[in-house]
Amino acid sequence: MLYIYIYIYIYNIVRCGGSKVNLRPPIISTDSRFLLCASGDLVKVYSTRTEEWLHSLQGHTNQVTGIALNPANHLQVYSCSVDGTVKLWDFIDGILIKAAYECNCLSVIYQKINSPLVAVHLPKSAEQEVEAKEMSVVSSHISSNPSCTAFGRGVRAHSPLHIMTFEPCFFSLKATDKKGAKNAFTCIACHPTDDCIATGHEDGKIRLWRNFIHKKEYTYSTQHWHHNAVNTLCFTPEGTHLLSGGIESVLVQWQYGAGNRKEFLPRLGGSILHISVSSDGQLFCTSHSDNKITVIESSFKVCGVIQGLVKGDGVLTDLMIDPRSKALVLNGKPGHLQFYSLLRDKHLYNLDIVQQEYIYEAGLDQFEVVKAAFDIKGSWLATVEERGQKSSDLEFFLKLWAFDERTQSFVLNTTITAAHTDRIISMCFSSSKETTMLVTIAEDGQFKAWCQGADDQNFWSCDFVGSYHNLKPTNCSFSADSSLLAVSFQEVITIWSPETWEMLTTLCQPPGVIRDLCFGRLSCSKYLLGTTTRNLLCCWNLLTCALEWSSSVEVSKLQPDPLSENVAAFSYQSKHTDVFVFKPSEPRPLFTNKNVCSEKVHRAVFVPREEPLNNCDESSQWLNRSQLYFLTQNMDLLTFSTATEEDRILSSSKQLVIDDSVAVTPFYLLLGKHGQQQQKLNTQSHPAADKPQQPQGSVTIKELLHTPAHVLPAASVLCSMFVNSLLISNTGVQQDPLREEMDSEKEEEDSEEEMEACDSQQELRVQGSVDEVTLKLSKAQERELKRVRKTDFSWMAGLIDSKP
Amino acid sequence: MGEFKVHRVRFFDYMPSGIRALAFNQDTERMAVARMDGSVEVFHCSDRFFQEKIIPGREQFGIEGLSWVGERLFSAGLNGGITEYDLTNQKVKYTIDAYGGPIWTIAGNQQGTHLAVGCEDGTVKLFEVNEDNIQFERNLDRQKSRIVSLSWHPSGSKIAAGMMDMIQVFNVETGHSMHRMLADRGVGTSRSKECVVWSVVYLSDGTIITGDSVGMVKLWDDQTGTLIKSHNVTKCDVLALSVSQNEDSLVAGTSEGIVVQFQFVSMVLGKDDKEWVRTRTFRNHTHDIRAVAEITTAVVSGGMDAQLVVRPLLDKIEERSAASALRKIHFPHRRLVACARKSGLMLFQYPGHLELWRLGESEGKGSSLFVKRNPEKLLHLKVKGEDHIRCSAVSPCGEWIVYSTASTLRLYRLHCDNNNIKLHENTLHGPEISKLPKVLSSANQLCFSSDSSHLFSASAQSSVHLVSISQSGCKFVGTLKPKSGSHQAIHLLAASEDGKWVASANSDHEVHIYNLQTRKAHCTVPIYSSAVTAMGIHPATNCLFMMHADQQMFEYSIEQKQYTDWSRTVQRKGLHRLWVERDTPCLNVMFNPQNPSHVILHDMYMLCIIDQSLPLPDDKTQFYNQLTLKSLTEEQRKSHSHAFKVCKTFKDILCVELMPDQSLVVVERPLEDIATQLPAPIKQKKFAT
Repeated sequence: MLYIYIYIYIYNIVRCGGSKVNLRPPIISTDSRFLLCASGDLVKVYSTRTEEWLHSLQGHTNQVTGIALNPANHLQVYSCSVDGTVKLWDFIDGILIKAAYECNCLSVIYQKINSPLVAVHLPKSAEQEVEAKEMSVVSSHISSNPSCTAFGRGVRAHSPLHIMTFEPCFFSLKATDKKGAKNAFTCIACHPTDDCIATGHEDGKIRLWRNFIHKKEYTYSTQHWHHNAVNTLCFTPEGTHLLSGGIESVLVQWQYGAGNRKEFLPRLGGSILHISVSSDGQLFCTSHSDNKITVIESSFKVCGVIQGLVKGDGVLTDLMIDPRSKALVLNGKPGHLQFYSLLRDKHLYNLDIVQQEYIYEAGLDQFEVVKAAFDIKGSWLATVEERGQKSSDLEFFLKLWAFDERTQSFVLNTTITAAHTDRIISMCFSSSKETTMLVTIAEDGQFKAWCQGADDQNFWSCDFVGSYHNLKPTNCSFSADSSLLAVSFQEVITIWSPETWEMLTTLCQPPGVIRDLCFGRLSCSKYLLGTTTRNLLCCWNLLTCALEWSSSVEVSKLQPDPLSENVAAFSYQSKHTDVFVFKPSEPRPLFTNKNVCSEKVHRAVFVPREEPLNNCDESSQWLNRSQLYFLTQNMDLLTFSTATEEDRILSSSKQLVIDDSVAVTPFYLLLGKHGQQQQKLNTQSHPAADKPQQPQGSVTIKELLHTPAHVLPAASVLCSMFVNSLLISNTGVQQDPLREEMDSEKEEEDSEEEMEACDSQQELRVQGSVDEVTLKLSKAQERELKRVRKTDFSWMAGLIDSKP
Repeated sequence: MGEFKVHRVRFFDYMPSGIRALAFNQDTERMAVARMDGSVEVFHCSDRFFQEKIIPGREQFGIEGLSWVGERLFSAGLNGGITEYDLTNQKVKYTIDAYGGPIWTIAGNQQGTHLAVGCEDGTVKLFEVNEDNIQFERNLDRQKSRIVSLSWHPSGSKIAAGMMDMIQVFNVETGHSMHRMLADRGVGTSRSKECVVWSVVYLSDGTIITGDSVGMVKLWDDQTGTLIKSHNVTKCDVLALSVSQNEDSLVAGTSEGIVVQFQFVSMVLGKDDKEWVRTRTFRNHTHDIRAVAEITTAVVSGGMDAQLVVRPLLDKIEERSAASALRKIHFPHRRLVACARKSGLMLFQYPGHLELWRLGESEGKGSSLFVKRNPEKLLHLKVKGEDHIRCSAVSPCGEWIVYSTASTLRLYRLHCDNNNIKLHENTLHGPEISKLPKVLSSANQLCFSSDSSHLFSASAQSSVHLVSISQSGCKFVGTLKPKSGSHQAIHLLAASEDGKWVASANSDHEVHIYNLQTRKAHCTVPIYSSAVTAMGIHPATNCLFMMHADQQMFEYSIEQKQYTDWSRTVQRKGLHRLWVERDTPCLNVMFNPQNPSHVILHDMYMLCIIDQSLPLPDDKTQFYNQLTLKSLTEEQRKSHSHAFKVCKTFKDILCVELMPDQSLVVVERPLEDIATQLPAPIKQKKFAT
């Protein structure tokens, strides 16, 4: 099998990784094995037991707004998206079965934002793409929040009765609103068997309505536990319990018909947004505002947590990359920093910075991490936590964390209570390897340099305090080799030598307060870039101390790539954001992309790739080393993807199809696990090179599985046979694709050589990556060896153990 | 509207008594209320809950249960007696002993033939209701513990009785127990405490509903004697239950002060399998709810906090009106304060004693004046005997005080020389100098003529006795009797300033006017459908001004024997919606001698001056327009002003009186003060405290 990639460089802005999983309620498959949730453009399939992300249903080109199981076939799922399509999937195989276009409104599933609730009748046809013409508007003027819609029993029968059920509630809504009480409806749920509607209210009450067909004689009972608005309500399939959740992040289970009897499951994390229940009532699923899905057994025990990238009300810290784990670091849970692996789209861990209990209540002023910075090696982390953003009594702490090799986590080293007299605006670590130094600038007009104490207690203390004409500093930046520190004071940039703390020069520029500052890297390290509030992007040459060039662009974010000379600038003009990628030394931008998104971009980060791409195309070379992620104002994490990557994702999902089509036998479980592990390895380390190996393994599996049991030899014989089949032989078919691969890689490397000549960072990158190149062995052999070493044979141990 | 100097009186420590029992009569739409002090009140439900009748209690006369049998009202109490009331004359008719120790509950069957009482000794005693008395018939099987609650099956053949830890169902025919159902005790510490079945309701479909001290409302099947369903309503006691007439709704009152409604609704629409489902919760009380009653359109509840709360059920009401508002009745609809206008004395009527106060004096100007002389308590007069005071009066000159209980009427003369106060008593029975005439054994209402020379005493058969009083003695002058009409007791008397006329109003809404010179009935005002709550005779024109419970007002010219033109205009144009929708009746009508066109009215929440010379407001005009008028110029004011000028400065008003020196006496009894004197309620955990 040959894998030849045809590289077509089309840039797509994709939601790849870190998307919201809490936008819509997740659904649990009928057999309770899978959990599906809409996440960005994808529908993700998780295992309920292991919390692992199995695969995703890919095909929508915009935000997926709703998913629902096909009531006729429990192995199929409908999904709908802002792109105007409704698709039917086989979620176990990940195959698209049917797609309906041309529905600009929504469906049986949920309604699109600000459009009436519409029922779509999907015509039966064998074609894959059908045009849905039959649509019926069920009801207009319903809030777009999905928790405001619910279906009573027997929806399949299309009885008009259950559509009517909404109406009395809306009548009473009008009636109660008049009194000025805070009892607007927030969510609704229908009892599965009885004619009873549960509504949640803004004041935390839950009302159970009965007799609602009669215009006057409807009646309701009120239950009250939540102290804030009820976010979601859900009946269990038998209708014996009602589940409710709100900002308190406590799942409350009310016994239906027994008044006040209730059970609680507290401390679930962020406020509960949705609750869903599996069809057998054995599993509950809550989605939380901190982008998390909790899987809960019916005995009220948490059995799984699927954590997405936590995006609270706003990301206060910058987007950062942990130099060690290459994980994306930003604000997570309140008072925490989160480490998120974008490659695997997986939440790694939270680091508790504030170390105080967080109280989930609106309007409380609590400590929040507002700034964080890593040093170049990732052995130090500086954080600033702050309280009292609105009021005058500001409290903040500067904390320094050291990486502990033994525990593999950050340990608090120093807490500085009054680092400055006013709010810290920005901070950065020096990038030299010998000494680590932290510079903080604050609104009190000073910048301070902090160093580790020389004595055996290696605590941090203040080394230098600098200021410039009592002006308020706006930003600071170290040059790539840490020989220079640039601090901008309003319109003036001061350059300091960190060695002697001597102010070397000042750079002053036409009006406008300096906003962003960054030094060029590698070959461009003699340049200093700055942006001002008056729509200027300036570039100074530090050797001549003169302005090299300037350009009139409104730049909202300037982000240098640490691995190359490239700098990305996000400019916000006439209600959309454009991206420019340029080298400070060249006047022409490498790449421009107009209209990336319609919101302002304030946070962006270059994420280094595990292994560089080998794109030759000039306009996409800047994406070879690292990937640019950026965060829009409504908290969408977007990135640029190339066609190569998309192909890769597609092919990897195809792989899974084969795996899962095998019947579930003990054998399958054994081998399937192995397959999964291997799959994971592939995606982790070397997806392109490992791929060809898979078919062979599956042939053996097939052989094993398709031979009748009575003709099979003893298991011990089979085992060795099987293991042998999995070992990689050095000859045969495999060579070809590899060589193919090699050649292309060689080219790539060649092309890179000139570039890397002056790259001082190169060393570091290669150390971390897998494919270190030695000259003695041929590349192919080396690669082979590496792979053999890396292959996980731990399953064999399991195999042996499992034998009696 | 004019300026008045106001005596803001807050030294009347009136304490309403807690409500112990309620009984609703569907046919006459009357609600009988028994209070802890033994008094019984009758409210007219369709006449804006006007308090028609008050039968004062006695010392040591606690009522535990009330029951209507037809139009007769019975009560039973811990003294072991069953009492029937004479509602016409508003007094106790007779009391007979049941010989079973203290009685905890009384219940009459729907047929009106029998009364059942539950006694301390564990017997349920059946009494036959005869024409003019009741007669003991027999005991049902005697139980070991006291009978706390009783309920008849609507057919009259079975009785469910709630006891300690159990419920018994009796067959009335045989007198034997049919079922014995055990009520569970609470869990934990309350396990050792016995469970009291405070209330029981027997439905026609054979369901027995009980409320107990564990806080459960339980539904039992009387065929099998098994528990069908139980609802945990509260952590404290469920003290009272009441079912609606058509048995589709049930209310339960708890000791936390909440009323919980249960409804009999079908779980699946359009099907017949109905279930009792807990629905609404009403929180209007602060203390134990001792009695609830579900009437056709509302839930009435009363308890230790002494207020009667009428919570309308909006789903049963056709349209929103004054009748569909939440109503809380705190004070009696009678006057408890009498005022000697000429001498500045106030007489406060408590159940067991009278207090006479002299108003203080003030000086200076401004919104609050400096008190020169503090008000002074002159007299504390305790009632002789056990009966509570029914009515009292002080003469305008301040020299005479009179009060009446159910059995006696006592007249006192007050001697005030310097600071010594001497009291001379003139009684019917006492060995005093001048005895009161014998006809004056008891009075329903008392009133002095404006020159203090005569006492009017309303007594039985709607008649008014006339007694002339002087320092030398009292002399019975004559009796004023209506020509025809009912014999209901008189609850209001009004004498004219010139001493020529006296008017009386009775609980059948009849108003009779008598000429005092001829001592004959002069005329009868046409009967209006709503009760008279206050009336007064205008000093200049001799027109009788009447306020009714439905907030309508009439002015009747005595001399011309017809309604005045103003009154006809009012009726033709109708009153403003906001005026009609007020929920407390007007309690006093006064006239300003300085400005004859002004009529001063007050109810519990406001003071109102009606200027008869100004145009009447219609529904489109702003009713409470004082603030708007203030912002307008003198000329604009004229076009904007209307007849009703409402002052809401004072709250919880018991009495307003206009003194001859143009000062107003406003007697307030703030509800917060009452609340502080109540016993502590059950402690409840409140969120965020």
